[in-house]
Amino acid sequence: MRDIAVVSVAQHQEKALTHTTEVELMVPIINEARGAVGLTQDDIGFTCSGSSDFLAGQAFSFVHTLDAVGAVPPISESHVEMDGAWALYEAWVKLQIGGVDTALVYSYGKSSPGSLRDVLSTQLDPYYLGPLWPDAFSLAALQARIMLESGAVSEQRLAEIAVRSLNGATNNPLAVRSSAEATAESVLAEVPLADPLRPSDCAASADGGVAVVLAAGDRARELCERPAWIRGIDHRIDPHQPGVRDLTRAPSAQMAAARAGASADRLDAAELAAPFTTQEHILEIELGLRNGTAINANGGALAGHTMMAAGLMRIADAARQIHDERADRVLGHAASGLYLQQNLVCVMEGE
Amino acid sequence: MAERLRADLVLEYPFTRTTGPVIGAFLTGLREGIILGIRRPDGTVLCPPTEYDPESSVPLTDLVEVGPGGELMSWTWVDPPRAQSPWDQPHGLGLILLDGADTPMVHGLLVESPEGLSVGMRVTARWRPEREGHIADLEGFVPEGADQ
Repeated sequence: MRDIAVVSVAQHQEKALTHTTEVELMVPIINEARGAVGLTQDDIGFTCSGSSDFLAGQAFSFVHTLDAVGAVPPISESHVEMDGAWALYEAWVKLQIGGVDTALVYSYGKSSPGSLRDVLSTQLDPYYLGPLWPDAFSLAALQARIMLESGAVSEQRLAEIAVRSLNGATNNPLAVRSSAEATAESVLAEVPLADPLRPSDCAASADGGVAVVLAAGDRARELCERPAWIRGIDHRIDPHQPGVRDLTRAPSAQMAAARAGASADRLDAAELAAPFTTQEHILEIELGLRNGTAINANGGALAGHTMMAAGLMRIADAARQIHDERADRVLGHAASGLYLQQNLVCVMEGE
Repeated sequence: MAERLRADLVLEYPFTRTTGPVIGAFLTGLREGIILGIRRPDGTVLCPPTEYDPESSVPLTDLVEVGPGGELMSWTWVDPPRAQSPWDQPHGLGLILLDGADTPMVHGLLVESPEGLSVGMRVTARWRPEREGHIADLEGFVPEGADQ
């Protein structure tokens, strides 16, 4: 296996990018990520992106966004209709195969023009679930009630997770929801949004984008003072139908973490892309996170969830802690689908 | 001032799909007013049915009738109703474990208010009079005895 590292990251996120196109959003982010390590597109061996036509409302919408990359002269490029974390996985595989030493990975989402909780119904199976248009908050509420009734989690614990995000996000300029004053009591006093879930249990929807530069071996050491070496990366999936799963668990997250070697050593920080407090609780258990690991210290995905980018943003957040020497070993997580159906875990270390 | 150009965009999926021997049988059953599950090798019954076992992937073929009564495993309240859903009034959404099935299905709960809902309560299917082989042929579930 080749040693591959995240050598540069850049991201932007706000509540609604009403007057900004995806191209206008991504030009400065991609320039910042490449420019920070002195690269232009001519120096990039492979480019891979993640985004959703269902958000853009247009087939092959990602082709437009290539204008932000610069695709002339022709580049080697690919796209996934998934969170950018899976684009990063594809780029990692491409670098493992060899022939290229650098890769640009980016993803973005603008869900503010529509109602994301309803648009997400389009990811459901088209026979049993999709035609009922059950919205994302209502479906998450069904899971939450099962977790509460079975004792898998308490309302107090969910409120504490919400407070961790609200408080942590006060130092994060990219967060779209934060509060220094929030307490478990204030969260528990909120009127439920989708009973039993309260507003602070549901991630704050955001628009944004993220770009990451990967490099292999000595090329990474040339470009970056302290590369975030990817020591393990894996993604797994569970069955789709809610009825056939234990909704208090996410076995695919546990399997991905095991295969990525997450528990082989102490983790200084973990950045989790859970869109609900209930699911953040499940992930803490499935990923085997223990005391001493800072979880979503800057608010995480609950404080600002950009569809299609929330996972790659978590990997970027984790990698930056290695770059800045704030941590030596970190975990970035991405999720996709209903009830954490699909999970990706990326473990990174500094030298 | 120049005339503003306008073009309507209709997002659509202009293909027809065959639903196959299992999903097709389930949807045909709905049209006839019955609910079908499918037996797994361990004897348990999946409803709604799939063509393959979600754990072992072996093909499943043994369709069995389940319901129309069952037990509510989880619920939430949807108000306002979602624009594209089959429901135009505030309603519950539930995970319903039908009698004879071992896995719950998601569907609507037709009650006046969330006060009428609780985990473990008995519910039963309410059918639409006109049915076409679609998941919404089931109008939803009501508390047992409500339609008598």
